[in-house]
Order: sequence, then C-alpha cells, then structure tokens
Amino acid sequence: MLQLTGATYRYAGYAKAVLHEIDLRLDDGEIVGLVGPNEAGKSTLCLVASGLAPTSIGGDLTGSLTLDGTPAAGLKTHELAERVVVGFQNPNTQRSGIAATVYEEIALGPMNLGLSVAETVARTREALARLRLDHLVTRDPLRLSGGQAQLVAIASLLAMRPRHIILDEPTAQLDPAGTRLVGEALRSLAETGTSLLIAEHKTDLLDGLCSRIVVIDGGRIVVDGPTAAVFDDERLAGLGVEAPARTRLGRALAERGIDPAVVADAVAAASSAADADGPGIAR
Amino acid sequence: MASRRPEPIDPATTGFGDAAALSAADAAFVAGLAPPAPSAYHRLNPMTKAVAATVESLGAFVIGGYLGPLAIIGLAVLPAAVIAGVAGRLVRISLLLTLPIAISVVLVSVFTRAGTTVLFTVGPFDATLEGVDFAGQTLVRLLAISTAIGLFGLTTESRSFVLDLERRGLSPRFAFVALATLEAVPAMVERASVIASAQRARGLDTEGSVRARLRGVLPLVGPVILSSLTEVEERSLALEVRAFGRPGRRALLWRIADSGAQFAARALMLVALLAAIAMRLTGTFPRLP
Repeated sequence: MLQLTGATYRYAGYAKAVLHEIDLRLDDGEIVGLVGPNEAGKSTLCLVASGLAPTSIGGDLTGSLTLDGTPAAGLKTHELAERVVVGFQNPNTQRSGIAATVYEEIALGPMNLGLSVAETVARTREALARLRLDHLVTRDPLRLSGGQAQLVAIASLLAMRPRHIILDEPTAQLDPAGTRLVGEALRSLAETGTSLLIAEHKTDLLDGLCSRIVVIDGGRIVVDGPTAAVFDDERLAGLGVEAPARTRLGRALAERGIDPAVVADAVAAASSAADADGPGIAR
Repeated sequence: MASRRPEPIDPATTGFGDAAALSAADAAFVAGLAPPAPSAYHRLNPMTKAVAATVESLGAFVIGGYLGPLAIIGLAVLPAAVIAGVAGRLVRISLLLTLPIAISVVLVSVFTRAGTTVLFTVGPFDATLEGVDFAGQTLVRLLAISTAIGLFGLTTESRSFVLDLERRGLSPRFAFVALATLEAVPAMVERASVIASAQRARGLDTEGSVRARLRGVLPLVGPVILSSLTEVEERSLALEVRAFGRPGRRALLWRIADSGAQFAARALMLVALLAAIAMRLTGTFPRLP
C-alpha cells in the first residue's frame, strides 16, 4: 500500500507550496486515475508519491509518504526504486542514452538492481511480452517512433517489478491501439497486486481501467471517488476535465430523450470488436 | 586467441546468481547483443587492443628515429589493419588526422631548427637539413600514433571497451558517464536535425552558399543547447527511478571474451615497452637510423 498523508510540498527556491494537504491511498492491486486541469499539480503529485520529491529534487515536504508501511523519508533513491517507479510523459528523456538495443534499454533497471543475468533476462522478457515489443528487441532506442519509445519507456519501468507504479501521461504519444495495449498491460499488472496511479488527460483510458478517480485542482484534491460516480459528476467540466465518451454520449442521449441502455449495447459491441482486433503492435 | 562469439557473463563467476537458470537460447540471445565482430582482430578483447595501441604509440616515441616508428606501422599496425579489413580506411583517416599537425610541424621544424646545412632560404628563415630530419622523424612518430589509435577506434565499439572496463572493476557510474558522453554525439546530431527541420518549416534558409548555411546554423545553436539542458533533470530522475544510484557492481549481459593467451600478450607488450623506456633512460638502447 502507498499512502500519502497530509502532504504539502514546496519546490526548492519557491515561496508557495504546489501541493496542499494531500491524502491519497493506493491499495495493492488498485488502479487510481489522476485528472485535473493544466498546472493543477498532477506531475508534482506524481513526483511526491514516488518519493523523488524531495528525496532527489529537493524542496520541502510536510506530511508523510509510506510505502508498504515503510516511511519513504529515510530511503535513498535506489531503495525507493525497488518499491515505486515513476514514468514521465516524454519518452526521450527516459532513455538511458547508453543502450544500443531496446533489449538492453529495458534490461538496464534490473541490471542496476544487481540482479542475476537470469533474473534480468526473465524480467526483460516479461516486460517485452506485456507490451508486445518482442519485434523491437534489437532496434536502436534512438531510432524509434514516439509511440514505440513510449512503450519502451513503460516496459523499462515494468522490468523493475515495483510494488507501485506512477505514470504521468503514459499514453501522450500513443495511438488508440497503443493506448489500449498499455491499458491491457497495466490491468494485468494490477491483477498481480501492483498498485498504479495514472495521471492522464485521456479519460476514456481511465474510464475502463481505474476503480477510483482523484481530481486535483490548485494543488488540492477536490474529488476522490469511484470512477463512474466521478465521471458522471457534472462539476467535472468546470474543473477543466473532459468526461469520457461513454458519459458524454449518455448525456447527449438523455437530452434527446433516448434511452441510453439502447445505445449501450451497440457501444459494448463496438468495444468488443476493437478488443477482438487486438491492441495492435507498435511498428 | 579469442573465441568466435562474445560470451554472456557467467553469473556463477560474478556472484550475482545461478548460471543454470539462464536457458541456452537466452544465453545465445544476450551474447548476440554484443557489437558485431567481423574479423579476428575485432574479436580481440578491447583491453588487448587498447594495450597494443598504447604500446605502439609510446613505443614510437621511445624508439625514435625513422626505423622504429616505421617498423611499428609496417610490422604491427598495418598487418592488423589488413586482418581487420580496415587498412584503406585507417590510412585515409590517419593521413587526414595527421595532416594539420604535419603541416605546422614541417613549417616550424624546417625553418626554425638550428643547423649547419642550409638547404634554402625564405625571407629571414633558413631551411636546414637538420630541421628536415627532425620534421621527418616527428612525422613518422605522429603517423605511428595516429594509425595505432585509429586502428583501435575502427575495430572497437566504445560500449565494448567501457563495459569491459566495468567488468574489470570500473565504477558503473563512471562507465555510464563515459558511455553517455560518447553516445551524446549522435543524439545531439539527431536533435539538431529535428530542430533544423522545424526551423526550415518556418522559413529558415539552411541551404545554398557557405554564407547562407552559416547564417542558418546560428538560430539552431540556441535551441539545440537549451533543449539539451532542459532535459537533464528529467533524464537524471528517470535514471534514478531505474536504480542507477545503487552502490555496488551490477550484472552485465555480455562480455567480449578474454583468454590467457591475450593476457600473456598484453603482459609481454607492456614489459617490452617498460624495458625500452628503461634502456632509453639508461642510455643502453641502440641508436637506430
């Protein structure tokens, strides 16, 4: 379990705090979506929840972060990395710059952990399989498309096999097929007990993936509840968050006096057809 | 000397885990991740090639004269380059690298070195036979050094060398810095190309005459440098997330094979160099033409 209690964070050199009194709990196997307008503090919350702020980047944190009951305050960054990892939006900055192949890029984390070659290989293979990247193993990480690079960046995190994963807009450069693929991989990870916090603008991804949605605005959590209830909340638009297509369609149907249940079957059938086509392969 | 293919590290010898747990297919796969080695010389351990380049370079200076450096080039460097299939490229690169220094060495040595035999005079400067002789000796030494180092560069991938050093005890952090520095050049070129395309799309003229190209380069310099700097923090965070700061050694997926014969060859080369230095210092080294 990852738990933030009363977390208020201020970047080094800044007078004002960016996060205020954040209480957030991720249970094992739980996927929580994080939404909010630009500059709401989503990325900062990701850094704080991963322990990198303040451990690595400095600043002042009041309140606490605990990882499976262990206070993060006393942990070094590499000790944090064994428990929680965070992925950023830009895959180019997550490339190590020293790996000549995608395989070695993904294997870098397990290697750094001092694991055996056999364990490193097993973790790398698993991460590749989860994101269907086997066909890219010998490719130069510098020569990937944006979507491929983003999948490789996520696979590099999965290979660490952390208990908690935090992703800041993990599908920003992915097409719909790639987005579904990531969603599928994250869902299967959660089934193994990994908890996930996903900051995303693509509410359709979160709608099908998360059990809970947290809305942040001005550095404060303003809504925290079950996914369907939060996305059905009409205040969401006022907070700069676009509701998922399912919700918007339901509202549009209701406005026209059409029973949403009639359309729901068609939507479900379309989703099933997309799933049957498979999430695609990053080529 | 060297086995045909690079080998994956044997986990049993590194203390990191159980060798038996790695399947033969996986072992073969990770061994194949090593840079390609198209010749027997390429397949030598990077340390052996580095020692050879060092001994040949220093040896050219220690032995001196014409015969020593030329023997190093003709009997050691060029045959190795032929075996590696890079002789043509090596000669071209070495001449190109040596040329600017050679011109200045010739000018300075020929016209400023004191001597008794004046060959011709240009203004206030006398070109002496002693100056020509000194320039000639310096040039063959430079050529020996540039071919020796060039051969190492043409037959050794930087990551093979750095990872071999790490296997021998170099800190992973230092290995990363060395590799990242070497790999930063192509990444920077890639970034510059993207920025240049973006600027061209907005009307920047980077084609045409040399002057037009120079004018076009200036607006690219700022974005290339600034975008590199702004990414530094996120890049370092991403590395820390992957336990880069963890102390201690790490398991390496593959290594370039080494052997007792190569160890002996390295030792022999170093002993020969040390002996030559000692003889030169004590004045017992024979004076070669």
